[in-house]
Amino acid sequence: MNKPRLVVIGNGMAGIRTIEELLTLSPDLYEITVFGSEPHPNYNRILLSPVLAGEQRFEDIVLNPLSWYAENGVHLHLGKTITQIDRKRRVVIASDGTRAEYDRLLIATGSSPFILPIPGKDLHGVITYRDIYDTEAMIEAAKVKRHAVVIGGGLLGLEAANGLKVRGMEVSVVHLAATLLERQLDTTAGRLLQKSLEQRGLTFLLSTATTEIVGNQDGAVAGVRFKDGREIPADLVVMAAGIRPNTTLAESAGLHCDRGITVSDTLQTYDPRIYAVGECVSHRGVAYGLVAPLFEQAKVCANHLALMGIGSYKGSVLSTKLKVTGIDLFSAGDFLGGEGTEEIVLSDPAGGVYKKLVIRDDQLVGACLYGDTADGAWYFKLLREGRKLGELRDHIMFGETSVGDVGVAGHSRAASMADTDEVCGCNGVCKGTIVKAITEQGLFTLDQVKKHTKAASSCGSCAGLCEQILMSTVGTDFQETPKTKAVCGCTDRSHDDVRRAVREHKLLTHKAVYDFLEWRTPNGCATCRPAVNYYLISTWPREAVDDPQSRFVNERVHANIQKDNTFSVVPQMKGGVTTPDELRRIADVADKYHIPMVKVTGGQRIDLLGVKKEDLVDVWKDLGMKSGHAYGKSIRTVKTCVGSEFCRFGTQNSTQMGIDLETMLANMWSPHKVKLAVSGCPRNCAEAGIKDVGVIAVDSGWELYVGGNGGIKTEVAQFLVKVKTAEEVKEYTGAFLQLYREEAHYLDRTVHYLERVGLEYVKRRIVEDGTGRHALYERLLYALEGLPDPWEARIGGAHRREYIPIKAIA
Amino acid sequence: MNTLVTENWVRVCEIDEIPRLGSRVLKRDAGNIAIFRNAQDQVFALLDRCPHKAGALSQGIVHGNTVTCPLHAWNIVLDTGHACAPDEGCAQSFPIRVDGSAVFIWLA
Repeated sequence: MNKPRLVVIGNGMAGIRTIEELLTLSPDLYEITVFGSEPHPNYNRILLSPVLAGEQRFEDIVLNPLSWYAENGVHLHLGKTITQIDRKRRVVIASDGTRAEYDRLLIATGSSPFILPIPGKDLHGVITYRDIYDTEAMIEAAKVKRHAVVIGGGLLGLEAANGLKVRGMEVSVVHLAATLLERQLDTTAGRLLQKSLEQRGLTFLLSTATTEIVGNQDGAVAGVRFKDGREIPADLVVMAAGIRPNTTLAESAGLHCDRGITVSDTLQTYDPRIYAVGECVSHRGVAYGLVAPLFEQAKVCANHLALMGIGSYKGSVLSTKLKVTGIDLFSAGDFLGGEGTEEIVLSDPAGGVYKKLVIRDDQLVGACLYGDTADGAWYFKLLREGRKLGELRDHIMFGETSVGDVGVAGHSRAASMADTDEVCGCNGVCKGTIVKAITEQGLFTLDQVKKHTKAASSCGSCAGLCEQILMSTVGTDFQETPKTKAVCGCTDRSHDDVRRAVREHKLLTHKAVYDFLEWRTPNGCATCRPAVNYYLISTWPREAVDDPQSRFVNERVHANIQKDNTFSVVPQMKGGVTTPDELRRIADVADKYHIPMVKVTGGQRIDLLGVKKEDLVDVWKDLGMKSGHAYGKSIRTVKTCVGSEFCRFGTQNSTQMGIDLETMLANMWSPHKVKLAVSGCPRNCAEAGIKDVGVIAVDSGWELYVGGNGGIKTEVAQFLVKVKTAEEVKEYTGAFLQLYREEAHYLDRTVHYLERVGLEYVKRRIVEDGTGRHALYERLLYALEGLPDPWEARIGGAHRREYIPIKAIA
Repeated sequence: MNTLVTENWVRVCEIDEIPRLGSRVLKRDAGNIAIFRNAQDQVFALLDRCPHKAGALSQGIVHGNTVTCPLHAWNIVLDTGHACAPDEGCAQSFPIRVDGSAVFIWLA
């Protein structure tokens, strides 16, 4: 038992969150000891305002009950304040003499309220608003006292004022600035907020400086005096004029501090054995006072404590929400605007709605919403992604719902939904179930919601909505799913990281990838293995080995598994064209193998459903047709109309064009399925507008559209280019699909890829750069050349064992 | 006729007949059994029926000591048959003995 010792000073949200992250990464690495000044286990400080307002009780906001510390082997010292860090001997000492030696130390001492240095600040009845002790003191005071004065019109001050008002006190808020929440709202929104709070009975003294707290003969508060000489009565004064990082302990230990404890991007202080997270730190000169950044810091810090050594904290973009029931406000980024920015403003003062969006260089850089904040999460996402707005600019003010109906990108209806409304149509999960899981299980991320409720875990189309519900339920605690998401729980590496490593270091096997990128699991999982397999074979065609055990069953078996474990068989029917002879064979096979259903698919082919696995190879043999690849992340089908051969409107031979494309792309694996269509005229009978590549014939040539999708969310394909010849159609189509194959993340359809890189980028690569286009096309043809038809190979005896039982017994 | 079953240890196959990180199916009237082999050449046997919606576990992706059901991606632990949290359920497991390269299953 010689584990290194990790000591944590501070039993609050930042410190314990770091420990939780550490325990998931590496549960047995350290002997962990935690010191907390308060006599309570870790609780959700963000929810103190609902406790003050009587909407929740302390028990409801505990995040880690005492049993959690015991179960995870964490030694907990409650009610003990560390007063000294001896860095030479590597020991911390508490005020009661308790000592603890450390190999690594984590400082998470948080912040303290700023007490105005004015006469009367120590009088009885002057309190701050920081912890559960303060909250309980306010609740008690509200029972016997009448006049409360809150100094500070920031988030904390307003929440305190609202809570005291709800508890029956007369409340005045004194604020130095001319409008409320001037760091979170612009003047207009601040005024609206003030009006709404005044209607609730709060009184405001703005542009007012407090000079003295007046006491009575018993040493208790009697009033507050201002710079202009006015004085108002008070028997309770709440100081909420800001917070200061707690750095006294760190400073006395000789650690460099500047506003907060100075930390690097790895959350290390100037002493590399000592880490610091949370409100006590100063990172790149910024000290944060909200919870979301603390969680981001905790994740990075835990990664380094776990000796993984990857990830760095680069600072946080913040968004704000006020936790006062019935008041909706949201702000993020540079909402004040200024030189070089444009503003889009919607103002309806009578209706109590105000929205301002700030745009710079075609990117959303700030948002300030009052009254209707349903789109807050969406704006915040656009802001963090730094996405070019383009055409979105015209609709952005009307919110996400104006952009589409349901779907991939997620839409903002969370706030207006009832608890019984269904969120996840795949798994039948209602909003109420999700909200309950979030509050009861203390969930903060979309991944946690997926795991606990199953919502958004199937088709994923409600992921955006779930994220919205998360945000509206937990407010600023909400952790947005990071843009550069790890491939899965086996690693912190992103899809791009894996791709780059496979390409730059010529990794050819799964083992090489897992070793090189230090996977946490010995052989991956059902999420990352298929992705890695695709990256290997698409980057190094003819060199990397395709691993059947890393393929989902459908791609391993070359048929589509059904709910009763039988399979469906879809033979290739290029361009949807068949012959009487093929149809006869299909009919004979259906009879011979007692196939329960024969169905025409949406892709102009015929599906034989309910085939037993043992019969698959014989079925293929009797059909004498090639695989239609209707089961893979691969080329599916090219849908066509009859075109100029028969149709009186047809301008080109679209059927032959479709057949040629399907022939060219045969056996092509891709990040996700790929569907094409060719229409013979703009009437577009082949529905080319909702395909990954849609080709529409016109009299003078062919128009190419890309990124369409008829699935989870209908997406209209975007115009890429118009070409003259059939050969050009093949080259441009092939080059676009190769670009997608080389650059898209596994399981991204072309629409997702386009959304990420932008149509302009694709045009540059495919339309403007002729040499590059040709090289892409050549690489595609090289990768596809000589690939065997999988059914033919299996009829010839390949992978025989896959299809037969190992043994049969009674 | 039923001797093979009542004799308890039944010889199934040679270990090399099962792919590493894969499985094979032992066909049986009372329900098929999936025989798995992990990267360390340990062999496991589970009733080929996911506790969720009866998916064939033999068709899933094997990773570590777990198989992911092909139908709805439940993760089932190979040695116990238990579903990984937060899912709840259990697939029946059968004792396996590997003698040299021969694989035996215990069918009570």
